[in-house]
Amino acid sequence: MNDSRKTFHTELKDLEKEMLKMGSIVGESISKSIEALMNKDLELADQVIKEDDIIDNYELDIEEKCTRLIALQQPVAIDLRKIIVISKLVTDLERIGDNASNIAHRVKDIGDQPLIKEMQDLPGMRDKVVQQLRESLEAFVEMDIEKAKEVAARDEEVNRLDKQINAELLTVMENDCATIEQGTSLMFISRFLERIGDHSTNICERTVYMKTGEWTELE
Amino acid sequence: MSNQKVLEIKNVDFFYDDFQALENITMDVEKNKVTALIGPSGCGKSTFLRTINRMNDLIEGARLEGDILFDGESIYQENVDVVNLRKRIGMVFQQPNPFPKSIFENVAYGPKIHGVTDKAELEEIVVESLKGAALYDEVKDRLDTSALSLSGGQQQRLCIARALAVKPEVLLMDEPASALDPVATAKIEDLIEELKDNYSIVIVTHSMQQAARVSDLTGFFLMGELVEYDKTNKIFENPADQRTEDYITGRFG
Repeated sequence: MNDSRKTFHTELKDLEKEMLKMGSIVGESISKSIEALMNKDLELADQVIKEDDIIDNYELDIEEKCTRLIALQQPVAIDLRKIIVISKLVTDLERIGDNASNIAHRVKDIGDQPLIKEMQDLPGMRDKVVQQLRESLEAFVEMDIEKAKEVAARDEEVNRLDKQINAELLTVMENDCATIEQGTSLMFISRFLERIGDHSTNICERTVYMKTGEWTELE
Repeated sequence: MSNQKVLEIKNVDFFYDDFQALENITMDVEKNKVTALIGPSGCGKSTFLRTINRMNDLIEGARLEGDILFDGESIYQENVDVVNLRKRIGMVFQQPNPFPKSIFENVAYGPKIHGVTDKAELEEIVVESLKGAALYDEVKDRLDTSALSLSGGQQQRLCIARALAVKPEVLLMDEPASALDPVATAKIEDLIEELKDNYSIVIVTHSMQQAARVSDLTGFFLMGELVEYDKTNKIFENPADQRTEDYITGRFG
């Protein structure tokens, strides 16, 4: 293709790469936060909290670059929608980072106490939301609407797991008041993971908008 | 009153001798709207603009097939008075082309040709036209000085005033701001916005950003074809045709 705006399109491609880099750091944070819980690794939890600053900086940097591209290049059509979508996606990524950091704080609250029940569903849920995040970003890069819809549809399973974990924790807490404090923290952790899934769904919705120019709500 | 058609272009083919410059153009121009025509050099947009007031008649070997209706009437029938047609469909060109006469005489020229002789009436037309072209305040104290003493941007607004003086219904503009600096360009663009209350405007522009800023509807021409014609926001936010998108995003020649 003969591209008369090569410099601009190269910058746009670089912006996309930077956003993907941010996405992979965010994915790592989610993984580490649950790993910290399962292994009682409080140092790792501290690391997740600290790395949230890096994620925040990525967001600011990418937003600034989006503004600059709009100001200097006056993009239109797909180029404009892509820049607008990237500037929105980084907000979702930043919020996912916050959720990972929130999980890490709860892990520190729990400290080295033994868990009040087997929590194998949490790593399972974590794997699902990390996968959703990765694939929603792939759908964005590939501008693949079908993939975006498919990934968004999978969020239902994460919501179901969250409800199930909550119900199980409630049962434990009802039977033993001493478990309420940790039980509440675990419920929050489950909820933070569920929120992360919602943000990936946002990424999928924005991908559909970028490709079609029309807003569609995905379940 | 919305979506009233002032021009209906029906299956227009246009030839310069054997060369076909326009292919099967069909579009409606809406009343009191600004319609922008964009496309790469040689795509036929200026040729198309000139078919609307039969400026191409002057070119030897030029031939048009199909029809253009203005207020429901064909402008290509034999009995059409072309001078009267061009009075109703005025034109502003890329280079400001004032006559080497006074500012007043430039604007009064058209009405005089069309038979206005009364001095008071001429004065009123000149003042109204200059006001309409947003030039009056800058020149009111020197109407008898040469039009050539004006700046380029003022000259272009004078040409717009000259076009308005014969009370046209449609204004055709062929790159009206391409020879002007950004401030003068902004004035012309503001003026276009004001003029559309009273006129229907068709503007050819090389500046896509200008088309986006000033127009309600945009047509994209490519190699003599009208590829896409739609609301301007649709064209620049989410065009339907890949060729339009490639052109406006610069992924193209």
